[in-house]
Amino acid sequence: MTNAIELSGISKSYGSVQALNNINLTIKDGEFFSLLGPSGSGKTTCLKIIAGFEGSQEGHVKLFNEDVTLVPPYKRDLNTVFQDYALFPHMSVRSNIGYSLRIKKVKLEVQNQRIDEILETVKLIGYDLRKPSELSGGQRQRVALARSLINKPKVLLLDEPLGALDLKLREQMQIELKNLQRKFNITFIYVTHDQQEALSMSDRIAVFNNGKIEQIDTPHNIYNKPKTSFVADFIGITTIFLKDDASQFNIKKSFSIRPEFISIKSLNSNSLKDFKIKAKVTDIQYQGSFNKIIFESNFKNALSVFQNTNSTENINYEIDQEYILEFDKKDITLLDD
Amino acid sequence: MTNFLVNISDYFYRKKNFLFLLLLLPPLSWLGVIYLGSLLTFLSHSFFSLDGFTGKINYTFTFNTIFELFNSRANFDILLRTVGLALTVTLGSVLIGFPIAYYMAKFTSSKIKVFFYIAIMLPLWSSYLVRVYSWKLILAKEGIINWFFAKLHMSWLLDKILSIPYIGGPSLSISYIGMFLVFTYIWLPFMILPIHASLERVPNSLINASLDLGASKRQTFYKVILPLALPGIAAGSIFTFSLTLGDYIIPYIIGTSKFFIGQAVYTHQGTAGNVPLAAAFSLVPIIVMIFYIKVAKKLGAFDAL
Repeated sequence: MTNAIELSGISKSYGSVQALNNINLTIKDGEFFSLLGPSGSGKTTCLKIIAGFEGSQEGHVKLFNEDVTLVPPYKRDLNTVFQDYALFPHMSVRSNIGYSLRIKKVKLEVQNQRIDEILETVKLIGYDLRKPSELSGGQRQRVALARSLINKPKVLLLDEPLGALDLKLREQMQIELKNLQRKFNITFIYVTHDQQEALSMSDRIAVFNNGKIEQIDTPHNIYNKPKTSFVADFIGITTIFLKDDASQFNIKKSFSIRPEFISIKSLNSNSLKDFKIKAKVTDIQYQGSFNKIIFESNFKNALSVFQNTNSTENINYEIDQEYILEFDKKDITLLDD
Repeated sequence: MTNFLVNISDYFYRKKNFLFLLLLLPPLSWLGVIYLGSLLTFLSHSFFSLDGFTGKINYTFTFNTIFELFNSRANFDILLRTVGLALTVTLGSVLIGFPIAYYMAKFTSSKIKVFFYIAIMLPLWSSYLVRVYSWKLILAKEGIINWFFAKLHMSWLLDKILSIPYIGGPSLSISYIGMFLVFTYIWLPFMILPIHASLERVPNSLINASLDLGASKRQTFYKVILPLALPGIAAGSIFTFSLTLGDYIIPYIIGTSKFFIGQAVYTHQGTAGNVPLAAAFSLVPIIVMIFYIKVAKKLGAFDAL
């Protein structure tokens, strides 16, 4: 498989702030690749360097094995969907979508045909003469998508494209985006701070923190085999035992345990698992299909445990009561730091 | 007593429109009666005429005074001269103001921006007359510009420029070129600030989007940045255009003996006592401005508002 994007040794700083520190990244052709991280972690800067809006002080960007480090954005064969959609307010939906075709001086009949096609793909037929200001958030999102897809780019960059939409619309657009990606067989590079979104849509994820990549892996491995405590903590809900605490279990490294692997027992019952901890309930959070119960123990970090709300053998937990928490050694994940 | 006041206050709360009207009446009457009323009264004089023998105003309705603007070659030249200069000054202000406004809006840190704001506003805080007279000295034959050209052994170039028919003159301080320079200097802030405001509202992502879609920087400028800055340019040009149309001090100090609208109004109104003709002259800038805004609107200057 060919490589769509290759970043090698990319570093970028704004004054004294290091935005990116030695980023190495290879994205395969046709992959749905997410850049995931908290705000300020460098993921958007990384996207801007791929698009060419920003230069990097060090390193190289390759697009289909061709070095494009010094190539301006308008000569790179990729398109971007912007976080604020960046629709031209003085142009109609139709002019917005056809912008790149007009720049390329494509024949007018071909332009119209392709605009009509893409309008159908993004379900915006009948809206083509409106101004962006006359559209809803979801519709603007579709116009932005259509505008960047009409050129049939090999790579599409998406900068938190669903960030401004409400939850329902967001979930719907996630499915549509994934379908579009399969249909056009385009490499998607998707920036998000929403781990749920990244896990459900991506083929692979790069987790960013403080300008560095913490881990590049499949969603399954990112969730189940986080390499660092940052990844373990950022993705999903987890409890981390730091090195000092871990030593009490005869484990030399820090480790994490997911809530679903911890079971709660009453104080006097027999333990069946490898490790057990005496802990006190500090909070019970109702989450719909399950309760999230927070425990406090002798260890540094609080423990989160899930309890299925529809289970028949439910115990009614009360705050300040003590229980035994137990889990198996095979379910823990060892962390690098 | 307090009960009574509480009742009044409750009444006003219920009848919001009545309270509105009460509060707006003084400023609205100021605008309506004193501002527009006096202007309309004055302008209505353009439909009267001056009796040549008695020197008194003949209060019978006539178009003759307005026709006089166009029938007399001297009067018509005044109109052409003023509109021509106003257009040139506007164009010059756009050409100088746009790059400054663009730099301020897109490339400066907030600290440098404050410096620019002050630098642009500072001249407005000093006397207009002082600034015009300073220019008179700068442009004079003994002034710094002449001296500079002489030092460079380029006096011939300046002489050549001044010998251009119509816009030249005996020295820069008595020529249309000089007037253009001074007008452009004086009104520049009124052009920079609205353009800057309109460019500030153009998010950088729009520029990136244009580049991303394959447009070069040049194409991006003409297709995205300029159309979105047009309302600002239009607003600024309304200032520079109308201010130049009405000004009489700069033509008086820097200009030649040939009149501009402002001077014509000044002399007809004051010395000659011909209020109807002065009113007719005053009508011209207003009509030109209405026409100008209409054209600007038709060209799409306000589409991006």
